Amino acid sequence: MAAKVDLRRFPGFLTVTILCLFVLYAPLIVVAVYSFNASSSITNWGGVSLTWYADVFTGPEAPKFQKAALNSLVIAVCAATAATVIATLAAVAMTRAGRFKGKTLGFALINLPLMVPEVVTAVASLVFFSAIGFTTGLMTILIAHIVFCIPFAYLPIAARMQSIPDMFEQAAMDLYATPREAFKLVLLPLMTPGILSGFLLAFIISLDDFLITNFVKGAGVETLPTAIFGSVKQGIKPNIMAISTLMLAVSVVFVSLSWLIGRTGQDKKQAR
Amino acid sequence: MTSPDIAVAVDRVIKRYGSVTALHGVSLDIRENEFFTLLGPSGCGKTTLLRAIAGFEDVTEGRILLKGQDLTGLPPHKRPVNTVFQQYALFPHMTVTENVMFGLLRKGWSRPEAERRVRDVLHLVQLSDFAARKPGQMSGGQQQRVALARALAPRPEVLLLDEPLSALDLKLRQAVRMELKALQRETGIAFIFVTHDQEEALTMSDRIAVMSAGRVQQVGSPREIYEAPVNRFVADFIGETNLLDVAVQSISAGQANVLLPGNHPFTCPAAAVVEPGAGHLSVRPERISLCPEDQGHLRATVTGHTYLGTDIQLHVVLVDGETMSVRLQNAETTLVPDTGSVIGLKLETGAARLLAD
Repeated sequence: MAAKVDLRRFPGFLTVTILCLFVLYAPLIVVAVYSFNASSSITNWGGVSLTWYADVFTGPEAPKFQKAALNSLVIAVCAATAATVIATLAAVAMTRAGRFKGKTLGFALINLPLMVPEVVTAVASLVFFSAIGFTTGLMTILIAHIVFCIPFAYLPIAARMQSIPDMFEQAAMDLYATPREAFKLVLLPLMTPGILSGFLLAFIISLDDFLITNFVKGAGVETLPTAIFGSVKQGIKPNIMAISTLMLAVSVVFVSLSWLIGRTGQDKKQAR
Repeated sequence: MTSPDIAVAVDRVIKRYGSVTALHGVSLDIRENEFFTLLGPSGCGKTTLLRAIAGFEDVTEGRILLKGQDLTGLPPHKRPVNTVFQQYALFPHMTVTENVMFGLLRKGWSRPEAERRVRDVLHLVQLSDFAARKPGQMSGGQQQRVALARALAPRPEVLLLDEPLSALDLKLRQAVRMELKALQRETGIAFIFVTHDQEEALTMSDRIAVMSAGRVQQVGSPREIYEAPVNRFVADFIGETNLLDVAVQSISAGQANVLLPGNHPFTCPAAAVVEPGAGHLSVRPERISLCPEDQGHLRATVTGHTYLGTDIQLHVVLVDGETMSVRLQNAETTLVPDTGSVIGLKLETGAARLLAD
């Protein structure tokens, strides 16, 4: 530990750090602060108020946003659930089936969606759906979301699985549990933090997605990100800032939860 | 083969992993109500054999019988044996009670019966006060006893123990040895215990199978193994020994006439398979006494000594250049010869034994 390089001694460390943090977070802070602006201007500060938050829920655009938010929520829950189930099965196969032919290929295929440029996936999905004559709508969004959520759900689940030695399942089977009971009563409870963490990550990725959704959504179907984008095209109003801030808050909560759940499991393991 | 007092019969078992052979045709009979130890260095196949009995490894050839019943092809959950794992493998998300009850419920016991049994078993291992704890909140020694309780609760026909003491510190390990032995007596079932620690094996076992390179080298009581090793490996692995090159002149009725270094004739017991010619004599260092240089079986020059507390280890070199060590008890009257002095060594009866390779 003592041998670690003290980064602070590098010239320009402080400047670079501040610059990076500024570029990353200043826009978010501006949006969050101005969402509480009483004035309808997006540049002049007119005092603190919750006007624009009220506007989100009761203003002229409220029905549009509410419908979009509901769509987003339904899709995120369904996509994250399906992706988590698939990712859990994949993780069990990858970590428990021993060495099998095509294991490396399987690993690559599961994680490839992370590397493929999103716009390529978006175009490909759209081409695919129209090729098989699938009417675009909520269903196409859901299918596309399940697909790109799988690797995000897979990573925390597989990480968790790798930290569970197979002696627990062996002990269960030694104690007269069938393989199915060993999975249900021993492996699954031990995997739960990883599964929850994977679900939350997939949920937030689905909730936030704009690009793929925008390609595969049908006419008139909106999710929250596409609805916001549509609204912004007609000029930025402070109510957009309020919605954005709300989404930011939801994201922060979910990502923190995902991280915390993943960590509690780790702590317990270390205490053993 | 299926004699009624045999708990586990291992019948010519061969285990291959690809091109590596872990077990080369092992045959063993483990009796009812016996503390049986599989002893050997790491990689000798002892754990593989234990896992084959538990059902975690299937055997390439041969079979394993439990009370006459062939276990071949039976998955672990259908074998009436339980294992105490090296790392205990206690389920971290369950309390002690839930851990111990796990096997009972899977086996189909009713909950009230299972609860009663859990109480009895926890009492047996003196953990009644810890029933509601989780394994993570317990010390290594306590976890080890939970693992024992969990494996004993379903009344297995045979208990398998995979180096269960290796994770404990020395003092605790010594105390637990006696507890384990007592527990075996109390339960009246066969314990098959795997270890690489020869002291552990000698102190606890009724019988020991010494294994090396996938083969059983010798099976016998601790005394037989120590005092009548059949080959160099066993003599060297169990306790300390001096191995001397000797000329074997004749062998009859298990007694060998040999020429010791310095051409002193000597008669000693021989392992059955030794033939006349060059042989190896095993001499236990604590069975040698010192005498004036012309009165012993061997003449030696002292090269130094090591203080060991209860003993003093004397290092000597023989006329032909072979080195030996001699153990002297550290009594008040013990005289340690000076380095460089020439002494005689007298081999006591039963000190030496002629061995096969």
